[in-house]
Amino acid sequence: MENLGIVFALAGAALAALMAGIGSAIGVGMAGEAAAGVVTEDPNKFGKVLILQLLPGTQGIYGLLIAFITLSQIGILGGNADTAMSTAKGLLYLAACLPMAFVGLWSAIRQARAAVSGIQLVSKRPDQMGKSMIFAAMVETYAILALLISILSITGIGSLAM
Amino acid sequence: MAEQYTYAVSRIHARELDLLSASDIEQILGSADYREAMRYLAGKGYGNGEEYSDYELMIKDETDKMWALITELIPDKEPFETLLRQTDFHNLKAAIKAVYTSENTEGCFEDGGSVEPEVILEAVKLKNYGDLPEFLAGTAESAVEIFLKTGDGQECDIAVDKACLETIMMEGEASGVKVIRDYAELLTVLSDIKIAVRAALTGKTKGFAERALAECKTLDVSSLADAASKNADEVFKYLEHTDYREAAEAIKTSMSEFEKWADNKIMELIRGQKANPFTIAPIFAYILAKRNETRAVRIALSGKKNDLDMGLIRERIRDLYV
Repeated sequence: MENLGIVFALAGAALAALMAGIGSAIGVGMAGEAAAGVVTEDPNKFGKVLILQLLPGTQGIYGLLIAFITLSQIGILGGNADTAMSTAKGLLYLAACLPMAFVGLWSAIRQARAAVSGIQLVSKRPDQMGKSMIFAAMVETYAILALLISILSITGIGSLAM
Repeated sequence: MAEQYTYAVSRIHARELDLLSASDIEQILGSADYREAMRYLAGKGYGNGEEYSDYELMIKDETDKMWALITELIPDKEPFETLLRQTDFHNLKAAIKAVYTSENTEGCFEDGGSVEPEVILEAVKLKNYGDLPEFLAGTAESAVEIFLKTGDGQECDIAVDKACLETIMMEGEASGVKVIRDYAELLTVLSDIKIAVRAALTGKTKGFAERALAECKTLDVSSLADAASKNADEVFKYLEHTDYREAAEAIKTSMSEFEKWADNKIMELIRGQKANPFTIAPIFAYILAKRNETRAVRIALSGKKNDLDMGLIRERIRDLYV
């Protein structure tokens, strides 16, 4: 039980990668279905709909980034894991990873819905590609905010004397 | 989570680009002659790319093409069966007439129902309704009984028509999809209004109106039946106090004006689905849009073929989905 600190920290890293990854998998899949529908009717729109399909994929990358930073901070990535980390510090790492985990999951799914609408808009009006991207990209703002807060928190925890 | 139909809806929205617009109908009407109008439609991909001389064949192929697409996207037709009920019940009426009257019923059966007309005809002939689906079997049995007991074709017809609307209402409710539920309600209301006005104009009793009118949520059927048993003005007066006051105005002009208003009302109901990215609703709306387009094409081409006044035809053309 004395090694609970590192367990919590690792759980945080895993959650960030897991939940944001799940969100992106659902989102890219959903947008992919819509893109396939459009390409079935008009194969020339492949390039345009592909970009929109990829938008919900970024949350998975952000989750991965948070997991990497956390693993690096707690030493697991470099091979010198801080096994004596206090439980409180471990919980702090876990808490720091949660914004990316939850916002990543939810924003990827919501962004996918906007991307699907954008894909369907492009199928009817290809000249509106830019606007379709903006609508979906607006959701990205919140994933980036969560990413920022998670990065700032994780890097800040390292300097705390606990 | 309810089925999102993302792939199917995306394909349907892409297909909406191929739906005819008001300017296409105007092009048909402005064609030099019937053949040029047919060529224009063929150029728009209407039908199977063949050269048609009969527009009904072209429309049939276009309808089959649409159903082939829908079946490819959603093999289970259940969500759309509400749209097939009118054909099923129409075929039941035709089957009863074919078996129990000497009327010539050739060409009376319609394609596109959920039950093959031959199955309905056989069931009515043998009075064995086991092969019919549940929603049709009970009505078939009672309609045949009414006909044999009263010998009155109209009584039989109103019983079947009412059962049809009740089935549509029930299925609309069961679908859990707002647009299907609203469509069922609107269709029932429009039919009730038409029945009430016809009953009033032909001096029918309140009992007749009550037997003919189907229950719905936005009209009080009892008050409507009461008004119908008096006269048409009473029906209009009743409608003035409902959401359907425009219906009264349309009927006062003519029954065909009312039919046009009713079709436009349905288009108005479904038009929002053009921007709906998920659920079965946009696909349901597409089928209705295609049906409405077919109606407009039929009116335009029959006018062209018979060299009718274009002004008169324009008046009858409904609003289109796109």
